[in-house]
Amino acid sequence: MDFAALPLDVLAFNRPAIDWHAVAPELVLLTFGALLTLLDVIYLERGRKLTSALAGIALLATMVPILTLAWDGADRTLFNGAYVVDDFALVMKAVFLLSGYVVVLLSTNYIAEGDYWENEYYSLLITSILGMVVMASARDLITIFVAFELLSIPSYMLATWKKRDLRSNEAGLKYYLMGVFASAIMLYGMSVLFGLSGETILTRVNSALSSDPLSGNALSSSTPIITMAIIFTIVGFAFKVSAFPFHNWAPDTYTGAPIPVTAFLAVASKIAGFVALVQLVYLGFYARADVFQPLMWILAVSSMTIGNLIALRQTDVVRLMAYSGVAQAGYILAPLAVAGPELEGDNTLSSIVAYLAIYAAMNLGVFAVILAAARKTRSTSVESMNGMFHYAPGLAVAMTVFLFALAGIPPLGGWFAKFEIFFAVIGAGGTWAVLLGVAIALNSVIALYYYAAIARRIWADDAPDGDLTPIRIPPSLNAALVLTVVTTLVFGFLPGAVSHFTDVTLLAGG
Amino acid sequence: MDYDNNWVLSVLTFAPLVGALVMMAIPRGDDAIHKAIALAVSGGLFLFGTFYLLTEFDFDNSGEMQFNYSTDWINVINSRYIVGIDGMALPLILLTLLVVPLCIIYSWDHFPEPHNPKAFLILILILETGMIGTFVAEDLILFFVFFEVVLLPMFFMIAVWGGPDRRYASLKFFLYTLFGSALMILAFLSLFFLAEGADGTALRTFDIQALTDWGGANLSRNAGLLIFGGMFMGFGIKVPMFPFHTWLPDAHTQAPTVGSVILAAVLLKLGTYGFIRIAIPILPEAAVEWAPWIGLLAVIGIIYGALGCLAQTDMKRLIAFSSVAHMGFVMLGISTLTTFGINAAVFGMVAHGLITGILFFVAGSIKDRYHTLEIKRLGGLLLQAPRMGWILGFATMASLGLPGLAGFWGEFPAILSAYQPANGVSTTLFRVYMVIAAVGTVLAAGYLLWLLQRTAFGTPSDEFVDDPHIHDATKFEYVAWAPMLILIVVLGVYPNFLFKTSDPAVEKSLHPCLIEDKADLTAADCPAVFDIEVAGG
Repeated sequence: MDFAALPLDVLAFNRPAIDWHAVAPELVLLTFGALLTLLDVIYLERGRKLTSALAGIALLATMVPILTLAWDGADRTLFNGAYVVDDFALVMKAVFLLSGYVVVLLSTNYIAEGDYWENEYYSLLITSILGMVVMASARDLITIFVAFELLSIPSYMLATWKKRDLRSNEAGLKYYLMGVFASAIMLYGMSVLFGLSGETILTRVNSALSSDPLSGNALSSSTPIITMAIIFTIVGFAFKVSAFPFHNWAPDTYTGAPIPVTAFLAVASKIAGFVALVQLVYLGFYARADVFQPLMWILAVSSMTIGNLIALRQTDVVRLMAYSGVAQAGYILAPLAVAGPELEGDNTLSSIVAYLAIYAAMNLGVFAVILAAARKTRSTSVESMNGMFHYAPGLAVAMTVFLFALAGIPPLGGWFAKFEIFFAVIGAGGTWAVLLGVAIALNSVIALYYYAAIARRIWADDAPDGDLTPIRIPPSLNAALVLTVVTTLVFGFLPGAVSHFTDVTLLAGG
Repeated sequence: MDYDNNWVLSVLTFAPLVGALVMMAIPRGDDAIHKAIALAVSGGLFLFGTFYLLTEFDFDNSGEMQFNYSTDWINVINSRYIVGIDGMALPLILLTLLVVPLCIIYSWDHFPEPHNPKAFLILILILETGMIGTFVAEDLILFFVFFEVVLLPMFFMIAVWGGPDRRYASLKFFLYTLFGSALMILAFLSLFFLAEGADGTALRTFDIQALTDWGGANLSRNAGLLIFGGMFMGFGIKVPMFPFHTWLPDAHTQAPTVGSVILAAVLLKLGTYGFIRIAIPILPEAAVEWAPWIGLLAVIGIIYGALGCLAQTDMKRLIAFSSVAHMGFVMLGISTLTTFGINAAVFGMVAHGLITGILFFVAGSIKDRYHTLEIKRLGGLLLQAPRMGWILGFATMASLGLPGLAGFWGEFPAILSAYQPANGVSTTLFRVYMVIAAVGTVLAAGYLLWLLQRTAFGTPSDEFVDDPHIHDATKFEYVAWAPMLILIVVLGVYPNFLFKTSDPAVEKSLHPCLIEDKADLTAADCPAVFDIEVAGG
């Protein structure tokens, strides 16, 4: 290309206007992350005991600009619509930061006592959360991809954090290989989308997909290629949210990784996958409901059914939670199978957001209890749960709350999450929607079996070897437990107070 | 009314929960404090609730919802916190208020293994909240939440304090009920989205009264049948109706005595109450089409339950099967869709609660003394513990429907009501059901008298003849049983107290085309399903 022929203003770099308030959360998080690394460089070992506290402060401090943005209330659009701060973005950012904070609380004693690299651990954790916070605002293909890699790459490393443990190495390697494979497929899908539309901003991709960009007439000619592009793109995120059949990494990675990291992968990382998926579907593919609806229907039903059925046979709690996570992913995908422009009074988006928020509280809580129990039993097998009620009644009650919340029994938080999903699906009407609703209902019953079976071990069985020494729970872990139990109960008793925040819309942007 | 009384139902519902929370905060060491709090809360609530409801309830208007209170709850889905009671709910609330303190008194000095009165009593109080909440809820989602709240405490009560096979029984109970309620919530949601007013605007409400006024108008036949089917699964499993009854004998046999009593006395009624409060009033046309099937399952339940009883070797299991049979009578009454039948059902619910409650109490006491409930090892109760033997005899007489006792008024009118079911329901078919149900009463007399003969009569078997642990009823048992025994007699002698309370409410809940004399109706007034024209012509 003859560069001289280009007009000057194309070559000159014009910095786009930046709304500093809008990107304040990212900047605060970035600053604290850098500070954390500096602290290690300057103070070396002496700084170690501060790192976990500083990481916690970093995440809470980032909540401040989130709150001021929420107070301000205005939707903000940056970079020609590639980066949007709307109420959806703010709610999801808050979910990421708060679940990140709980993960820090879980990690504090685990990482310090395990003699792992502390500073690097928290730096990577914060980097990954930064990627998630960016993801919540990303409204174009490239930003989504960058955010996706920013949150993924640190988590590959976190999964291998138990350096001398073979299973942890396996966990990380498996996660990494499967992850890059999925990224590659996704990137290919995105490149086809770009080729079809000539755009990266999601809303413009959407309008391009709804009419043939080349000839300008009927869509039918390009439907197969659009279908392929959409499927490929979605596959990358189906991997992240561990939906069937892209879930294979989850059980091994969850069991091998350190438990706080598992909690992080099962909650924050998974929610980030859903956030990206939601943005793609509602902004990028919305006009092509004929393409993504059947795909989501199949993903949802197969994930929940197969996840639940395999979970029935698990003998390790963490592995069980991995399969339960596959099933939960199926429930969360269900509203996407009915979302579309034809739907009046669309509740699907707010149902997903509500589910994600409640899911974060319940799941983090389960991992907090597993972590606390493992301090005594040194095991995560289901037998290690036996008789917990007799030596740690508080922990037993907390675990019971989380398990039945996950099963969706009122009045514990999960019922409202599941109810919102039912509400959105049944509200859509039609045979397929009703069948989907019935599938979710039947799956809830299957899931109850394994959740209740653990609860029964906790309450009705005797402790292994009759060992009734109480568990000493460190304060940070206790704080995590209290936070998650209270959140789960509040969601259950006063769903109205919470649904107020999760009843959000996506700003089209661009 | 001069002053506001709309707070009373919320107090009745949540006071036990507050009590449970207080108990959670008190450390486990001192059992006496926990027992005192639990009894004070439930007993105080019984005294206050009974007095207040009986004096303030407007019996002349018992068809109307009273003590109403309505406020925002979950705005996003337009679900509201609405409570209120009428003549159908009142007897069941009073029954619940009565049974809970009696259960606490009964367990006073012998909590089942592994003891731990604190946890046990907390569960009972949470159960009470769930049960009362279900009877007062006037919003479908609120009803659903309370309907489910009872599951967890009952699950733990069976799983922790139950018999040897408790692990299996508790999970079976839980899974069955959840299966039903998962389909039920789908049905509720479909109602929410499909209900349309006469002018075609969507109602978008979960308010039970508003939906009753709507009454399924403009709903397609298939949608109505499917929605009713969803609710049928939810309520029918809870009742339990044949063929979904199999969780009941297991749950009853394994549950601790108090658990069995609460299960029989109140929890089963949540299902039948759902039918008469929600399913039939909201979807009368679908109810007419479902009625023959419900009636069929009800009479199968009667006969099957009775035959099951004859085959049992365990006393508690026998009583559990008799529950299947008795609830069959209740469901037969309901399936006629007549005021007569449903009034009989309400009476049957209360009577069954009292009578089966006392039977389970006595069975529990026998188990405490003999450490077995195997019928062939028992015998001679009248010799070893004569007063308890007589109480058992009294309860079996009441259970088999002896006139003059409460059981009669639940059973006999239910059979009678099948002679003339509602408009649109096949009379011939229900007369056949009536005959079958009548045979069921004979079988009931058979198995109950045989049970009495084998356990109370005769001489004690050799292994128990000199057993020093076998003694007559204790003072706690008398206190716990006396109110129920007295009520069985009082309701048996003066049934009209209950009938006249429930009748206006029942009449109001039914679609006019179901109950009015066909001569007063024209085909134009009623949808075709009520079959007015054929009968009138």
